[in-house]
Parts: sequence; C-alpha cells; structure tokens
Amino acid sequence: MLKAAGAFAAGLFVPLRALAAGWNKDAFQSKTAADALKSLGATSSAESKDIVIEAPQIAENGAVVPVEISSSLPDTKSIAVVIEKNPFPLAARFDFADGAVPYVKVNVKMGESSVVRVVAEAGGRHYSASREVKVTIGGCGG
Amino acid sequence: MAEPMKIRATLKGDLADIRVLMVHPMETGLRKDANGNIVPMHFIQEIAVRLNGRVMLEGQISQAVSRNPVFSFRLKGVKAGDKLEIAWLDNHGERNQSVTAIA
Repeated sequence: MLKAAGAFAAGLFVPLRALAAGWNKDAFQSKTAADALKSLGATSSAESKDIVIEAPQIAENGAVVPVEISSSLPDTKSIAVVIEKNPFPLAARFDFADGAVPYVKVNVKMGESSVVRVVAEAGGRHYSASREVKVTIGGCGG
Repeated sequence: MAEPMKIRATLKGDLADIRVLMVHPMETGLRKDANGNIVPMHFIQEIAVRLNGRVMLEGQISQAVSRNPVFSFRLKGVKAGDKLEIAWLDNHGERNQSVTAIA
C-alpha cells in the first residue's frame, strides 16, 4: 500500500541542485539524440553489457512505458535516458551520490517505436546500452 | 498547492527500495483539448531525494515522463527511522516536498 507522506510548506523546501547544475535546458530541448548527448558532454560512449535496461518489447500504450535501468559499472555517477524517436529525445537524467544505487525505474511516453538508449557516466567515461521498444499507440499527444 | 506525494519505502537489510508517486499532469505541450486548443507544457523538471538531510539522488526529467510520475530508487546504508525527503520542481516554478520516516 502506498501511504500519503506529509507535505511541507514551500518555506521549508531544501534547495535542489546539490549534484547537478539544475535542469539542462540545452540537452532537454535538443531535437536529436546526438545533440542531446552532446549537451550532456557524452558525444562518444562505449557499448556496455553492465548497463541493463528492462523495457517491454512491445508497448501497447505509448503514454506509459515502464523502463527499469541499472548499472553495475563501478563508480556510476549518472544515468541518462534517451528515446531516439521522441520529439525531444532526452527523457531523463539521474545523478547518484555515494549510497544511492545506480538504479531507477520510471514510466515514459513514447510517440512511436524507437530505440531507447541509456548512457551512464562511470569513472569519468561514458558507456551506453540500448533497447528497441515497439509502440502500438503513440503517447506524446495524449 | 500540489497534492502530497505517495512514498513507499521497503527496507531489506540496509537496502531501501523506494517508490514514489507524484501527482502531476506532465503536459507535453503537444496535446490538444476538446476545443482543439494546445494544452501548454506543464511538467516536473527536477526531483531530489535526501536521506537524513543529505542529497542521495537528483533527477532532471522532461515532458516525456508519464502523467502522475512513478519512480523507483534504491538507497544503501539505510536504517529504520531514517528521514527520507523527496522534492520536485516544475516548469512553472511550483514545488512540492514530502517527508517520511523509513519504517
């Protein structure tokens, strides 16, 4: 069961942006996967089997496509999720401090069938893995 | 004020499995309403997860995250009673924060 957690007034809000410099506008507004990755400083990456992507092969509803990612690369600092055929391919980027497992599960929208690419930053280098997801009904307009 | 988040944390040894539901429309700016008018972009851009006040994880997300986002995260070195805080900020500057104790 999910339980409601207490909500606090805006005045008690602890500032964000301890690990990252805030929402990367250039990367998120990029219209191609290559541009988005360039804005993230990840122009080149080595394919890695240490990044595991769990996603459906066929997603009937593109509005809710569950994607589960984990990296077993030592010293994984961040994970970016790029849906190559979406109008704005960069869907999310997560930064992990010591103590956070480089793992995330998130539901994303996919406009059409696409390669889902995950780029992880580990030990100062970039690594990537990808998976193809076929979408029956697109989920960007709905 | 935004609706409170729903947070569930399950502790196995010192590994906490955290699931959070954020109530948010996550409008892409591409959808049209019943009258054919574009519904403006409205989406969460940043999230943060803190344990006992220390930032453990930050996320930047786009309008491609599904409506009413649900995330799962995992934290190590967690014990019962630890204070878990999750916060988000959207593109309109609206923000929300929830605090819960790990049970």
